[in-house]
Amino acid sequence: MTLAMTQEPVRETGPDTILEMRGITKTFPGVNALDNVNLAVRAGEIHAVVGENGAGKSTLMKVLSGVYPHGDYSGEIYFLGTECKFRDIADSEKAGIVIIHQELALVPLLSIAENIFLGNEPAKNGIIDWHASFSRTRALLKKVGLKESPNTLITDLGVGKQQLVEIAKALSKEVKLLILDEPTASLNESDSDALLALLKEFRAQGISSILISHKLNEILKVADSITILRDGATVDNLDCHAQKVDEDRIIRSMVGRELADRYPKRTPRIGDPIFEVKNWVVYHKEHADRQMIKGIDLNVRKGEIVGIAGLMGSGRTELAMSIFGRSYGQKISGQVKLHGKEIDVSTIDKAMRAGIAYVTEDRKNYGLVLIDDIMHNVTLANLPGVSRNGVIDDGKEQTVAHKYRRDLNIRCSSVFQQAVNLSGGNQQKVVLSKWLFTGPEILILDEPTRGIDVGAKYEIYTIIARLAEEGKGIIVISSEMPELLGISDRIYVMNEGRMVGEMPTKEASQEKIMRAIMRSWDK
Amino acid sequence: MAQQTLASEEPRQHRSLASFVKSNIREYGMLLSLILIMVFFQFMTGGTLLKPLNLTNLILQNSYIVIMALGMMLIIVAGHIDLSVGSVCGFIGAVAAVLIVQYHIHWIPVTVFCLALGAGIGAMQGYFVAFWKIPAFIVTLAGMLVFKGLALYILKGQSVGPFPVPFQRMSSGFLPDAAAGLIEAFNTTSFVIGLAVTVLVIYFNVNERRGQQEHGLVEEPFIFFLGRNILVAAGFILFSYLMASYKGLPNVLIVMFALIVLYAFVTSSMTIGRRIYALGGNEKAARLSGIKTHRLTFYTFTNMGLLAGLAGLIFAARLNTATPKAGLGFELDVIAACFIGGASASGGVGKVVGAVIGAFVMGVMNNGMSILGVGIDLQQVIKGLVLLAAVFLDVYYKNKA
Repeated sequence: MTLAMTQEPVRETGPDTILEMRGITKTFPGVNALDNVNLAVRAGEIHAVVGENGAGKSTLMKVLSGVYPHGDYSGEIYFLGTECKFRDIADSEKAGIVIIHQELALVPLLSIAENIFLGNEPAKNGIIDWHASFSRTRALLKKVGLKESPNTLITDLGVGKQQLVEIAKALSKEVKLLILDEPTASLNESDSDALLALLKEFRAQGISSILISHKLNEILKVADSITILRDGATVDNLDCHAQKVDEDRIIRSMVGRELADRYPKRTPRIGDPIFEVKNWVVYHKEHADRQMIKGIDLNVRKGEIVGIAGLMGSGRTELAMSIFGRSYGQKISGQVKLHGKEIDVSTIDKAMRAGIAYVTEDRKNYGLVLIDDIMHNVTLANLPGVSRNGVIDDGKEQTVAHKYRRDLNIRCSSVFQQAVNLSGGNQQKVVLSKWLFTGPEILILDEPTRGIDVGAKYEIYTIIARLAEEGKGIIVISSEMPELLGISDRIYVMNEGRMVGEMPTKEASQEKIMRAIMRSWDK
Repeated sequence: MAQQTLASEEPRQHRSLASFVKSNIREYGMLLSLILIMVFFQFMTGGTLLKPLNLTNLILQNSYIVIMALGMMLIIVAGHIDLSVGSVCGFIGAVAAVLIVQYHIHWIPVTVFCLALGAGIGAMQGYFVAFWKIPAFIVTLAGMLVFKGLALYILKGQSVGPFPVPFQRMSSGFLPDAAAGLIEAFNTTSFVIGLAVTVLVIYFNVNERRGQQEHGLVEEPFIFFLGRNILVAAGFILFSYLMASYKGLPNVLIVMFALIVLYAFVTSSMTIGRRIYALGGNEKAARLSGIKTHRLTFYTFTNMGLLAGLAGLIFAARLNTATPKAGLGFELDVIAACFIGGASASGGVGKVVGAVIGAFVMGVMNNGMSILGVGIDLQQVIKGLVLLAAVFLDVYYKNKA
């Protein structure tokens, strides 16, 4: 039956539609990542997909490219008139769909030619035909306008050129539909322009592209049509030639969601500034010449929840981690003050003792010892608090673990349960417990509700509100703007390592935040 | 999802015996297999294995492996490996021999110096691993070659000995009997010490269980608790009786036992031990929790060097000579002991007691097969297979759980 269905040609789509995704639904435990999403791409067009972080763009592209194989999602994909059931990326590439990810997937210590033909080497009986691979690479590099020898190692190329190598690699696979996920995120302006020009050239040759980008000005320059996703659903479909489309129109669709009662009510009691950062400068942890944080000032008052908004890659995590004991970056300069006195945050230990806590955005890799139990995770950052002369007091440790289990409502069979077996929300509560037990005055929460279901989110918000009530200063970094608007008292907007806006939440809106980001790019 | 959460929230106060055995199969399984192996060889050798003389030999033969396994367990838990311990062991023995025998320096300062030298060697290797991020495998492989060569160099390719008697006693001496002659051919003091230790161990176990009861956290069914303690008590008493009826407790056994207790305590009850487990379990998370992970790694290697030095002295004292071949292949026995004892190659998992049991599994097999006259060739094959089988079972049960 299945076989017959696969082979049956489908003629429902228009003659010039090469891709149609219909009713795509994909769920992760506790989250509906995609809910009945539709996407249609015509032959020879540049189709932009936009939406906030977490709207489901990347998930949709993973479904399309076979990262999530057929059966992992529901819905249908038609490509060039046939239904496709991709089992993996190789399958979708064979059909002519090639995805270029945000993080480039090149092997740094191999040459351009080796990378382009990786896994697809021109070979006879397993012996690589280097001559063919070089001459074909040369032809491909010419197509994408990259003047480099096929022998050059990837590590010797800049990010912009690496991006072109990725595209050349896609061309080597006889691509019919090219998907680019945030291709210009790490490119400078001239590189970005060159890339967009290349996409237009492909369009002239009949190759369609799907372009995922936050930079609406770029999208408006090249896109023929735009699909807008919000909360895992298609909310709008714009044809750039049939109607007038501008940034405001797109932003309205992107954020136009009603704010229900998803945040606990609280009356902020805000005191004097307790925490100040002045002229904070940080360089990239590996590339010493790349400035990541470009002179940032910020302050937090007693009992205040301060939000930091921004897109991915805007430098928010880098800012937080560099303040927290220089756990990110190098050549760090600037001042950190607590209660008006400058404090030393040069090591994590010192930052902790000064009263700063940082709750990571990546709790599995940076927050928890997953193979260890809840109790040990809770006390890890403050073992002296449960020990005397270096000897751990078991009873005291258990009392502490039980206290936080009760206070934060960690749902588990016992405090001896391994952290790996907890749900995302409960894991987050364990990480929060760990930091609360260090008795911080300033809590920096990085994406505190990422990957957590709605119910647990509300609990986390309640905990945050309670901590502010207790007079702590709280910084919340979040990519979900409604969340920031819902819980914070004041919002900083960050982009490309700079603060590009600051507003009291009362006067803030998603449009305002987005505009602040867009304006900073236009400058 | 919601159902799962509910299920896991149910209290598990009345866990069945079967499920307890299942979740603790690793710890009981190890002890059980050591007992089975001992019973097997006791039977096959016609009772020679547990004869007082042989039992004493078994302890003496394995003391240095056990001592090094304590340090190796910490290294493996921290997520590293140390291949140099055999060579360091041989090198320290050689240094001691040259200083005492050829330079006639008193053995006490030499012992102190050699322990410090061992720690220094460990610190040096730890420095490259911890602060320069060079994989421990490479650093200690280099160390293995360097110290093997240095031992040969300072011994000029020859054996150096014998040692003065007090130095030998460190390894081959026995606890003197304060009540000598009270019972003929029986070291009463040793037996009494054995009994006292038994009582202490039982006392601590009961105390721990009472503490668990207070917090309502008893997991082990009472019958298991009882059985385990009876077994431990019987083992201890039988052991001290057997030892007492030969020459008594060897000095090295006392050193070894004290170290086992110390390291078990440090790993289970001290902050530094807890931090090593966190470091091996997730280095990034440990670092972001304010743990000085580099320094901690450095300490574990320094500690390993110190223990390798001690093992080298004990081994030299036992042979009463330092030979260029001393320590050859010890690292393999030590590492095997840790993995048989339940350590995980990816770090974060492993217990000191496990490493000790693992060392004795290897030791009893070596000893038993030698008594049976199994050739050195087949012995290696069998030991290799046992190592693989132990780790395979570990992985198998982990996947099943």
